Amino acid sequence: MGQALVPSRPGVLDLPPVADGDRTRQGVAVLILLGLLLVLACLVSLGVGPTGVGLRDLWAYASGDAASLSTQQRVILEAVRLPRTALGLLVGAGLAVSGAMMQGLFRNPLADPGIVGVTSGAGLAAIVAIIFGTGLLSPFAMLLGSHFLPLMAFFGGLFNTWLLYVVATRDGRTSTTGLILSGIAIGALTGALMGMLIVMADDRQLRDVTFWSLGSLGGATFGRVYSILPFIALVLVIMPFVARGLDTLVLGDAAAFHMGIPVQRLKRIVIVAVAAACGSTVAVAGSIGFVGIVVPHLLRLAMGPSHRFLLPGSALGGAALLLFADSVARTVAAPAELPIGVVTALFGAPVFLFLLLGRRGMGLRDLP
Amino acid sequence: MITARNLTVLRAGRRLIDDVSLDLTPGTLVAVVGPNGAGKSTLLKVVCGELKPDAGTVSYAGAGGGEPDTATLARLRAVLPQATQLAFPFTAFEIVRMGAVAQGARQPRAEAMRALARVGLRGFENRPYPSLSGGEQQRVQFARALAQVPQPVADGVPRALFLDEPTASLDLGHQIAVLDIARAFAAAGGMVFAVLHDLNLAAEYADRILVLQQGRMVAEGPSRETIKDAVIAGVYGISGAVGRLPPSHIPYVLPQSRHR
Repeated sequence: MGQALVPSRPGVLDLPPVADGDRTRQGVAVLILLGLLLVLACLVSLGVGPTGVGLRDLWAYASGDAASLSTQQRVILEAVRLPRTALGLLVGAGLAVSGAMMQGLFRNPLADPGIVGVTSGAGLAAIVAIIFGTGLLSPFAMLLGSHFLPLMAFFGGLFNTWLLYVVATRDGRTSTTGLILSGIAIGALTGALMGMLIVMADDRQLRDVTFWSLGSLGGATFGRVYSILPFIALVLVIMPFVARGLDTLVLGDAAAFHMGIPVQRLKRIVIVAVAAACGSTVAVAGSIGFVGIVVPHLLRLAMGPSHRFLLPGSALGGAALLLFADSVARTVAAPAELPIGVVTALFGAPVFLFLLLGRRGMGLRDLP
Repeated sequence: MITARNLTVLRAGRRLIDDVSLDLTPGTLVAVVGPNGAGKSTLLKVVCGELKPDAGTVSYAGAGGGEPDTATLARLRAVLPQATQLAFPFTAFEIVRMGAVAQGARQPRAEAMRALARVGLRGFENRPYPSLSGGEQQRVQFARALAQVPQPVADGVPRALFLDEPTASLDLGHQIAVLDIARAFAAAGGMVFAVLHDLNLAAEYADRILVLQQGRMVAEGPSRETIKDAVIAGVYGISGAVGRLPPSHIPYVLPQSRHR
């Protein structure tokens, strides 16, 4: 049979060849680079702003020599920059990982929680929590404390993810057209319900609601960091357990089952994880678009589509991207602050368009 | 040994599979033939555990009795499905390695390389799956199945290969090459269950042939007893097409000879 080899045709797609098809080393190398990038992003996020905090100051602070910083620097660092950076880390990681998982679940590189209406479901639930948290739902709000809002957003995101899956999937397959159209419909319905609620809101509630629709890391506190930490931690912890399953799922539900993957259980776990990451980030930072689609997409080009590396890579890359975006949002229009959603959209929407136009070969064949 | 008894599959009031019983014994290659819509692929799905029958049972020797769970099944049998499209550009090697990992290979990398070499795709390791031709994709999937059950018998338990139209979209040379591998797998003590469209390939390679028509098994046995005019005329509606090659008595089907 070795003699009967069909001569190698030139690649139809312009994908870079790998020596032996094994991209394990490439994956590890990219993960290390992303780790370094994230360290850099943290330093920038902690250092940049009206009150500069240099590398030497940060080093002194980290090594317990806080006295060498000015009082102003110390206060800014502890009360503003540290919680904001920590929140940015969690939100960025959560957004990118939920995007990567959702694309694996739907077998579609365009599935992004923001585009298909999961984020808006979480947002609607968050608004319900704000408006009814002092009235109808106050017993739950009291009981759950700071976790009430993220938990409500989680259920909102879960409901929309589930609804989308039921509507847009036939026999485990999701067409891009079906996915986007269902997402638009679900997003429109959610938006209408949001509009109804906003009419009922008082001034203070309205301010909170506006904040959600723009997306921002402003007003970050360690309280907020702790309120979403369990949700993001859950998602990060399950990554290694779903990676192989998501890889085999790319070959189809049946093939994944043939290779020993309990497909239904895997899908349930992934849906819950996507909703947890997406819902909790929406609850503390509003809707920040495109991180969940741009980061996994760029990483697939750099390290291949295997979820063993794609998921941790998305966590690192998403965190780094969000910290850089937040640093930009804080500085370009200083002293005013751009909503971070504006920055990520300016960067992400063109990449999304490029994805639609130039990469039809990557599973986008069914686009009209 | 895989034993299926009284399998019935109902869909929308139709009997896709109607009371079919069969045994897959170690050392044999069983081919399922029949016209379009006869239920061949459905039967394969039920026997490999993918689809639950509405009535009847499938049992695997070596699964410890009862219904084997998903992970146990994955060690006992591999399945080559019909054409698969991928949304993400995995390389040929990465696809095949998934099969090796599924059976818990100690060295999945070496196992994957070996499987690719067996189907004649050495040197294709780094090719992105979407850039391969239909036939090459089919052979990558076959290599993935082989990597999942690299030994026809392991730990004293025979393994099974389920092949759903393994020769579709392959050229003549590769059709024969793929079925040679399947027959070698069976000859070494494994079990092969293949849905085949080509009656001549079925007659040449299968130890036993099941002929399905509208979900019912209308003939079963060695090619001599199944690929004969009485059966073919009834199932496919063409008579006088079966001939025989004298030395080995392998029946052949020549549709043109119905005009004689």
